[in-house]
Amino acid sequence: MNIPFYDILFYVFAALIVSSAAVMVFSRNVIYSAVGLLFAFFGVAAIYVLLGADFVAVAQILIYVGGILVLLIFGVMLSQKVTSVDIKNGAVQIVPAILVVGGVLFILIRVLLSTPWGAASGRNIQDVDLTAAVEPTTQQIGRLLMTEYLIPFEIVSVLLLGALIGAAFIARKDA
Amino acid sequence: MSLTVGLHHFLVLSAILFSLGLYAVVTKRNAVTVLMGVELILNAANLNFIAFGRFLDTDLDGQIFSVFVIVTAAAAAAVALAIVLNLYERIKTVNLDEADSLAG
Amino acid sequence: MPAFISFLTITEFTIFGLPEDISNLIFMVLGAAIFCGVSAVMALLGVYLERKISAKMQDRLGPMEVGSHGILQTLADAVKLLLKEDIVPAAADKTLHFIAPVMIFAATLAAFAVLQFSEGIVFSDLNVGIFYIIAISSFVVIAIILAGWSSNNKWSLLGGMRAAAQIVSFEIPASLAVMVVVMSVGSLNLGDIIDAQEGSMFSWMIFRFFPFNFIAFIVFFVASLAELNRAPFDMPEAESEIVAGFATEYSGFKWSCFFLAEYANMFLVSVVITTLFLGGWRSPFGDFLNSQPFQLFWLLSKAFVIIFIQMWLRWTLPRVRVDQLMYTSWKVLTPFAFVAMIGVGLLMIL
Repeated sequence: MNIPFYDILFYVFAALIVSSAAVMVFSRNVIYSAVGLLFAFFGVAAIYVLLGADFVAVAQILIYVGGILVLLIFGVMLSQKVTSVDIKNGAVQIVPAILVVGGVLFILIRVLLSTPWGAASGRNIQDVDLTAAVEPTTQQIGRLLMTEYLIPFEIVSVLLLGALIGAAFIARKDA
Repeated sequence: MSLTVGLHHFLVLSAILFSLGLYAVVTKRNAVTVLMGVELILNAANLNFIAFGRFLDTDLDGQIFSVFVIVTAAAAAAVALAIVLNLYERIKTVNLDEADSLAG
Repeated sequence: MPAFISFLTITEFTIFGLPEDISNLIFMVLGAAIFCGVSAVMALLGVYLERKISAKMQDRLGPMEVGSHGILQTLADAVKLLLKEDIVPAAADKTLHFIAPVMIFAATLAAFAVLQFSEGIVFSDLNVGIFYIIAISSFVVIAIILAGWSSNNKWSLLGGMRAAAQIVSFEIPASLAVMVVVMSVGSLNLGDIIDAQEGSMFSWMIFRFFPFNFIAFIVFFVASLAELNRAPFDMPEAESEIVAGFATEYSGFKWSCFFLAEYANMFLVSVVITTLFLGGWRSPFGDFLNSQPFQLFWLLSKAFVIIFIQMWLRWTLPRVRVDQLMYTSWKVLTPFAFVAMIGVGLLMIL
């Protein structure tokens, strides 16, 4: 009996991601939204692992959960008038939003499912064996960052420097 | 679409994530929640990059792109939150409906 | 399954002739349960050690009643905490109040998965091992903020946000110090890091590329003390200042979760320091006494030396003020970590 572990894991994590994102979007409490986002990030990291991207998965946890989410939660807490647990966060114009977003989703799925991916370069996506062993990616990513993608790497470093200085400057109190 | 996982499953997952993020950006009034929606959209794009990288690429282009997307998202979130905090200092609320002094 | 999620078994057999998939699954679950048990036992042992060591330093005896020399004291405490009434404040956010201690314990336990306790005894030999440990420890921050927030108590909130700021600030010098070792070895895999320290005591990381790896060791030790919220950096739980910080409104089993998670985290950090800088399970005499049971003994003894130093610092040094704490992280530890990194880089090329 061959249990398809890979498929079961994919569906479990996909369910986790979609339900957490739904909590994030439809909850009226901002902190619950943040916790929903947290589990969505973890789910996405798990899917990265299933796709063989080990370095990117751990980088996702480190940067998104350990950095961006902490920043978001601090932002929520520093922008409330009173320290109560009850932060209301309603939604406006729900019906037009559902129509538009539903339309976008429908179009996206139609296009994604009907396009013959890989036909132009001659690669057959059915040939890829997802459960095969994948070699570790860290060394390769490091090499690529230093050879082929050196210029984007340097630009992103300057961007981060600018973001660091800019955020620290914008957020200080005028004193 | 079969039950065995293929490229299409990852693409549909990222499309659902994208539309949920889009709904949050369009509907919500709290500035920080709009930021969270933007992060969801970026995650959906990242998922797409890595899925295509796995299925269509021979080297790791998709993963390099995702690393850059993650880093850029971090920078964007930091600056956006600094702006939100500054906004809160001025108008004492983060409800986007009330940040309309430049309108009209 | 992708190969980097592999479970190195001591023996390769199936349980009752079940197909290999299910047998592997049962092994994984059993292994996870064993590691949970190990970390819980280490946490209890840590509490007992803390009380005895602090007692000796303060010239008193410590627990002596329960069991011979008080060795069952922690067990008695655990039973007491389990039986205590679980008080949740009426205005607190019940869901988050429940999730926070679960998350903090889950994060600590998850990091145990990559530790090597002996040659070949590792639950999951990840290729990004040490990176994974750094990432999981950043998960603790969110749990602490949620704990502080959900209690609906300004002391809790203050303690929670201070703890989060502290942990996030000290993550940077800690990660940089780890990068120094990773540069020396050339791999993120904990097994490779231990293999690179083969030989006698003088090929341990702490003595290589002298003095830069030693600087990295000091930086990582101090930064991890701050990440554990241990004195002298225990502003968030400063008993004399903000009651119990973010754990003020917790009682009974949930409080014991925070408490035990701190000690389990202490053990985790000590094993990580041992693996990175002190040779892991390798014996200091090279090949003498390097067989499997002795390897576990060497690992545990080195880890407990580090734990002893951590407890020693707690009961000797006064508490550091919040602004001094931030000063230490940003203006002292981070520059030293950068110096160590540049130094090791130069020494590697020259």
